[in-house]
Amino acid sequence: MNELIEKNLGLLIALTIVAVSFGGAVEIIPLMSQRIVQEPVEGLVPYAPIVLEGRDIYIREGCNTCHSQKIRPLRAEVERYGHYSVSGEQVYDHPHLWGSKRTGPDLARVGGLYSDDWHYAHLLDPRSVVPGSNMPSYPWLFSTQLKLDVTPRKLRALQRIGVPYSEEDIADAAQGLEGVTEAQALVAYLQQLGTLITERR
Amino acid sequence: MSTGFSLFVILGTLGTLVVITALLLLNRKVTNPGQTTGHEFDGIEEYDNPLPAWWFWGFLLSIAFALGYLIYYPGLGNFKGLSGWTSAGQLAQQQAEAEERYGPVFAQYREIPVHELATIPAAMRMGQRLFANNCAQCHGSAGTGAPGFPNLTDNEWQWGNSAEQIAQTLNNGRQAVMPAWSGVVNAIGIRNLTEYVMQLSGREAVSDQAQAGQQEYNRLCAACHGADGSGQPMLGAPDLTNNIWLYGGSREQITDVLRHGRNGQMPGFAGRLDENRLHILNAYVQSLSTQ
Repeated sequence: MNELIEKNLGLLIALTIVAVSFGGAVEIIPLMSQRIVQEPVEGLVPYAPIVLEGRDIYIREGCNTCHSQKIRPLRAEVERYGHYSVSGEQVYDHPHLWGSKRTGPDLARVGGLYSDDWHYAHLLDPRSVVPGSNMPSYPWLFSTQLKLDVTPRKLRALQRIGVPYSEEDIADAAQGLEGVTEAQALVAYLQQLGTLITERR
Repeated sequence: MSTGFSLFVILGTLGTLVVITALLLLNRKVTNPGQTTGHEFDGIEEYDNPLPAWWFWGFLLSIAFALGYLIYYPGLGNFKGLSGWTSAGQLAQQQAEAEERYGPVFAQYREIPVHELATIPAAMRMGQRLFANNCAQCHGSAGTGAPGFPNLTDNEWQWGNSAEQIAQTLNNGRQAVMPAWSGVVNAIGIRNLTEYVMQLSGREAVSDQAQAGQQEYNRLCAACHGADGSGQPMLGAPDLTNNIWLYGGSREQITDVLRHGRNGQMPGFAGRLDENRLHILNAYVQSLSTQ
């Protein structure tokens, strides 16, 4: 048996994959059917087009490489950022933006924490409001407007993988967004992050 | 989790443990001690030796640990584990412990009036930390503000500085509404208004333009900023006579505010911090301007 496996590379590969996939299989497969990861929290709606565009800018600029969006259920974290993140808040996130590293603070509940003006000042020149910050400036967001021709298709793509956008939502996706800058869309995205669950501390 | 998936997890986890234990025990005995296994690759041969004892027993110990872990902690499908541990439960317990320990530290100042509390050094050190964590991002670590974010160390109070007014600001936030006048007033009107505002703050202004601007001011601005320009804290309309400027006091900056308006916003903290902490913050903000 030992000899048989060792001498047949294909068989060795197949059996190795079977051997290492048990852990993943028992962790991942049952999760797909669980209500906790499928049911939105109360009040959660699919991202409005401007918010969705802002989210794509967040991804394009790589904000998630320095900012996580995942508050763990640990006291120090809840004390600083607010109620821990729950999966029901992220059922319409494709992909989720949990991140894995915090060069800057977690942003899972940054919505409403600062004014819009603060975000604009901060994106244009982070050190004008946070003197010790090492975040880069993003001046081009203020001079670039959203490219609206692809907005309806973004909604359509998300609809196909289960986000409940209506046909009307998709048809009207680009409506009223003419001339909106990328900075405005990004701030619209930031200002709604984590606002459905609050906790006093 | 449904019973089927629960069984899938239990069987998958325990089955793996059983299979690797069986593999370990079956491979313990060697068939030809002292001989080679018969493999030969490029002149390299392998002795048919038993597994090292430390490795064998280490493996068995880790399997025993895994079983113990799966009994004590949740891991096997819907089985909650003997300890009943959950991450949310652990957090709630830690928060309760912290509240028991730190809650009274904050609560002790609750009944002391704000103006009195502002003179207690221990409370103000706590206030400084609360301020640094929650307010400094906009108002600066020393409370001196930034363009568009009020300086709290001067005596200009856009929304008033009574304990009640500051409590209102902290709890519910504030939304300032300076309208944009560029659609209502033409360029000459804006210029005249700018000169009048310059004059109000006691600076040099083109006098005939300022005079024309005063009429516009009385028509459009006096309702909020007052006929004499001294402001109206109830509406968040700043005093225009004291030469303190939230958005800059140069001619160009004043013109820009007149044209485009300003909508400064202070977020409310009632949903984020409890009353005891807000009470201390209130006193700390008071203490900043009396320094």
